[in-house]
Amino acid sequence: MAMRRKTKSKIEVAFIYIFFLIMFVIIGYPLFWAVMMSINPGTNMLVTDLFPDSPTLEHYKWLFTDPNSDYLTWYKNSLFVAVLNAVGSVVITSLIAYAFSRYKFIGRKYGLYMFLLLQMFPALMGMVALYILLNTIGLTDSLWGLLIIYLGGQIPFNAWLVKGYFDTIPKELDEAAKIDGAGHLRIFWTIMLPLAKPILAVVALFNFMAPFMDFLLPRIVLTSPENYTLALGLYNFINDQFSTNFTRFAAGAILIALPIALVFLVLQRYLISGLTSGATKG
Amino acid sequence: MAQKQEKRKTGLSQPRNIATLLSVIVPGLGQLYNRRILKGLIFLIVTISFLVATWDYLDIGIWGLFTLGTIPREHHSIQLLLQGLISLIVLFFGIIIYIYNIRDARKDAIAREEGRKKPSLLKGMLDFYDGGFPYFMIIPGLIMLVFIVVLPLLFMLALAFTDYNQYNAPPRNLLSWVGFDNFVDLVNIGVWKDTFFSVFTWTIVWTVVATTLQIVLGFFLAMLVNDKRVKFKRTIRTVLILPWAVPAFVSILIFSALFNPTFGAINRDILSQFEIMIPWLSDPFWAKVALIMIQTWLGFPFVFALFTGVLQSVPADMYEAADVDGGSRWQKLRHITLPHVLYATAPLLIMQYAGNFNNFNIIYLFNEGNPAVRGQNAGGTDILISWVYKLTFETNNYNMAAAITIIMGLLVMGFAFFQFRKTAAFKEEGRY
Repeated sequence: MAMRRKTKSKIEVAFIYIFFLIMFVIIGYPLFWAVMMSINPGTNMLVTDLFPDSPTLEHYKWLFTDPNSDYLTWYKNSLFVAVLNAVGSVVITSLIAYAFSRYKFIGRKYGLYMFLLLQMFPALMGMVALYILLNTIGLTDSLWGLLIIYLGGQIPFNAWLVKGYFDTIPKELDEAAKIDGAGHLRIFWTIMLPLAKPILAVVALFNFMAPFMDFLLPRIVLTSPENYTLALGLYNFINDQFSTNFTRFAAGAILIALPIALVFLVLQRYLISGLTSGATKG
Repeated sequence: MAQKQEKRKTGLSQPRNIATLLSVIVPGLGQLYNRRILKGLIFLIVTISFLVATWDYLDIGIWGLFTLGTIPREHHSIQLLLQGLISLIVLFFGIIIYIYNIRDARKDAIAREEGRKKPSLLKGMLDFYDGGFPYFMIIPGLIMLVFIVVLPLLFMLALAFTDYNQYNAPPRNLLSWVGFDNFVDLVNIGVWKDTFFSVFTWTIVWTVVATTLQIVLGFFLAMLVNDKRVKFKRTIRTVLILPWAVPAFVSILIFSALFNPTFGAINRDILSQFEIMIPWLSDPFWAKVALIMIQTWLGFPFVFALFTGVLQSVPADMYEAADVDGGSRWQKLRHITLPHVLYATAPLLIMQYAGNFNNFNIIYLFNEGNPAVRGQNAGGTDILISWVYKLTFETNNYNMAAAITIIMGLLVMGFAFFQFRKTAAFKEEGRY
């Protein structure tokens, strides 16, 4: 009996590993394929090979050195928007979350409901109006215009997330500080912010990555290639003549995906704990 | 002091009512009556500057909102509509300040009646800072939220009731309010009706199937990795999370190339071994299958990560108790793990459904909603949001796009309703 259970368990474990193996292949294959495509010579997809006879880095070189390539400009643009977006959203959402977590004020409850509701409405729903608005204030085809939309659009989701996290920080801490004579901002600065670092890191990370990944908003807001962000620029590589530029796209895409994936994997622990504690306690 | 109390008057001559009335007539006057000079002056100045600065704007805005302009080419209906909506918002904030002013005057007057001492200037300012602090914290975000999220949604809401389309567009033409005509057209006119119902059905199928698959797969994998007998947990987790770490637009475009019937590896390298060629991009059915598979690939790691976190928080003694009672593995799963995990993650799972409902990126990047379908003005894989995008930016059917957006909004409210209920449940429970 004991023997039988042991063999059964072993077979089970074997099946589990086989399943993982299948998953690994399914996950890895497309990524591996893209990497291999990026080192295929030429741009004709019909003659590409999974294992090219003469692998080459010509596409990577092209991105950085060819005078026709705007790749570095796009990288710079994306970094610009990403950094400001990360910093700005942490500031804005932590202020809002602090007010919602620690103070009673008129409109608090409806404000929370509003956040919950609004985070389900994608920016696309109001796109026409956003475009006209940006036009009236002269911020179309501008990275600042893009940034403003990102900053405003992230508020509902992140404010809710950070507020949920703030709620888990014991109130006794700030009450004790209040007795010691600390003001509102001092409590915020010396108690709440340091303790909320994990969730603030999550917010910063999400908003840092968003401009690298989003392609829709830039497509609507930005029109001239020197203002493109990476996602938009890369999309245009393959948008016009799909089959002819995919190898180049693959090279450019890998250079974005790699740093983002690395940062992501390093920070995943924070990410998950922040998400679960923030969102489920909201 | 005592005498003053006795002589307390009622009705209009009572100071609190006088102060209230004065503030109703002219903001700040009540405060001046209360001898709160500085505060009164501030209210007065704010009121005057508010009126001076916004009067013309509001006047035109409100007029424009009702008429949408009267002279073609001179009045731009869309700008008037936008100005009208902004006017409404500004007016709303103005009224809030106005009401605050009245309440403030009344409060101070009551304090004076009761003989409480007028606070010193410093104390007054400190009180103002204390009471107003949460508002100061939310105002920058609130203003952004109102103009970047709420205003555009209101604008779309308004557009749905106008006749703004390619053929009737400002500045050449004036727009007018048409009531529910657009919605009626949507379910009555042949091509709109057919398109709407087929896109709508596919959107629902897409949302339910793709999201459920990614949740089931994520859950299953989380259970497996959580198994005590499995080793190398960290490595396995890292690999399983990889699809989440790679930017989605990159993966989608890679898949789009992989599924390409001429050069894509799926047909060329894999299926050709079995002598099968599947028209992934040109046949609506297969394109949909491909989309659902890709979304499962993209979406399961998030759920997996989430469940992994929650599974570790299930109290071990519950399983031990179940073991003692001779519970089977299935029973443990059904009665301990599932309730626990679903309860803790329900809001995020609902968000997953809402997210896929609005998942424009995958539909558009994979195949731009194509292939085209006969007798329809949307592609075979278009979901509502990508259809709206096409109607807006490709065929300029703004009014119909807006009407569909409203229908989407109503559906999204359905998700939100569940969300609220779940969140309310958490508050009562207070356990997680």
